[in-house]
Amino acid sequence: MRGAAVTSLDAVRAVRSAQREPVLEARNIRVTYRSARGNVTALEDLTATIGKGEFVSVLGPSGCGKSTLLRLISGLMPPSDGEILLDGRTVAGPRPDVGIVFQQPTLLPWQSVLENTLLPVRTLKMNVSQGTAEALQLLRLVGLEKFAQHYPNELSGGMQQRVSIARSLVHKPSLLLMDEPFAALDAMTREHMSKELQRIWMATNQSVIFITHSIPEAVFLSDRILVLSARPGRLVQDLRVDLPRPRTTETLGTPEFAAYTNSLRQLFEKLVKFE
Amino acid sequence: MNISKRKIILPAITFVLLIVAWQLSIDFFKIPNYLLPSPKSVLHALYLGYVEGTLWKHMFYTLQSTVLGYVIGCGLAIMLGAALAEFDVLNDMARPYVIALQSMPKVALAPLIIVWFGFGIESKIVMVALVCFFPVFVNTVVGLRETNSALLDLMHAFSASRWHIFTRIKLPGAASHIFAGLQISIVLSLIGAVVAEFVSSTRGLGYVVNSAQVNMAVDTMFAALISLAVLGIVGSFLIGLLQSKVVFWNRQTGSTTMDTN
Repeated sequence: MRGAAVTSLDAVRAVRSAQREPVLEARNIRVTYRSARGNVTALEDLTATIGKGEFVSVLGPSGCGKSTLLRLISGLMPPSDGEILLDGRTVAGPRPDVGIVFQQPTLLPWQSVLENTLLPVRTLKMNVSQGTAEALQLLRLVGLEKFAQHYPNELSGGMQQRVSIARSLVHKPSLLLMDEPFAALDAMTREHMSKELQRIWMATNQSVIFITHSIPEAVFLSDRILVLSARPGRLVQDLRVDLPRPRTTETLGTPEFAAYTNSLRQLFEKLVKFE
Repeated sequence: MNISKRKIILPAITFVLLIVAWQLSIDFFKIPNYLLPSPKSVLHALYLGYVEGTLWKHMFYTLQSTVLGYVIGCGLAIMLGAALAEFDVLNDMARPYVIALQSMPKVALAPLIIVWFGFGIESKIVMVALVCFFPVFVNTVVGLRETNSALLDLMHAFSASRWHIFTRIKLPGAASHIFAGLQISIVLSLIGAVVAEFVSSTRGLGYVVNSAQVNMAVDTMFAALISLAVLGIVGSFLIGLLQSKVVFWNRQTGSTTMDTN
């Protein structure tokens, strides 16, 4: 009975994966840094594909090369070896078709919330009136339409981070990179922001790479979780999370949710022992 | 009592107490007028100076050299600071010499500047510009280099031009630092002007102090010193006003969003 259910789920997965066009393909990525103590390998033989509209978390201990990954994908540095394709084209330099959300909101304090949201539009010299309409719509989506003319220092940390999410989407990137976006927030706000992000993601159907240290956060948000090991960063597991959406506070209490988090915890325990 | 009233009334009380203590100590210790003038005779000197008009031309002379020197010195400091912060080659070339010049007491250069620029107002302007330069220069470099690296990554990912990054991101981000330098330089600019006038001048408040020493006119000295203090306070206030207009986002207290990761 159970076996049959799993098989049918597998079939669904297979169909879904097949339908999804890849937005990002990483092929045999290796990154080595030259340092005073010799060469340091940050990423080793990383191959992964991310489908259009997929929410993928990268989960790993510190030193798993996550910031390296971010710089690679946004074209700020080339890999030592291998190739990254974004929308089918090799990443060879800065790519404006990614959106980035950092751990800190990194808003410009001298510009209004609306102007901050428009930053990519102005930098990429896109049409400002179209951009403004898009920005206002995104601010509505993140629940800050009333704060468009406010300045960042009038907003709470969670609100500032929502502005930076709106900013990261305003130029309609094909891929959104989020580098531990909720790490600087307090625990209550953090849980709330996870739900908010799920809502935003479901409304935009945006492809997302979400880097985090938090196992529950990764399970709650993701379609797939890529687990990396530390120094060098290697892909240890590619875990599909099949929890129904939208996931809610109740989801956090279900045995299925617990099963995912437990298996990831055990995996991490093994990873740490291994070192 | 609300805060703004407090900020006026309390200093006023200090002022009255100081004047009373001043007058009482003269009466009590019988200090002669040529050592410490009474508040009344200082007031009289100020009256002579500003109502009858002998101090105005000196005050304007000092004001003129201070303002011109300040604008030139601070302007050059911001431009050179920006150049060094932006171009590493320039920075490596100039840095040791900048530090060497900075550690030199600038007032010691006053006689040399008089030799080079003459006895007129030019030498005073140069002196003021020289002392104003370094605080603003150093703060400009530090402020520009402290730009949030995540934000710079973002701008590079968007292929933003160097000029765009500089004018839209770095310069506004450095504004608070630059204004801190401008505040320090206000005070230094008056010191520079007075020192240059001490060394060689026939006009200016520094000249008034110096020449009053010869005929022991201590009340005139006090009048000139008070004029200098007022110039300093007004200058500092004006820069503060400008700062609150330009760097308006720092006025409200709140979490700064520019802290680095």
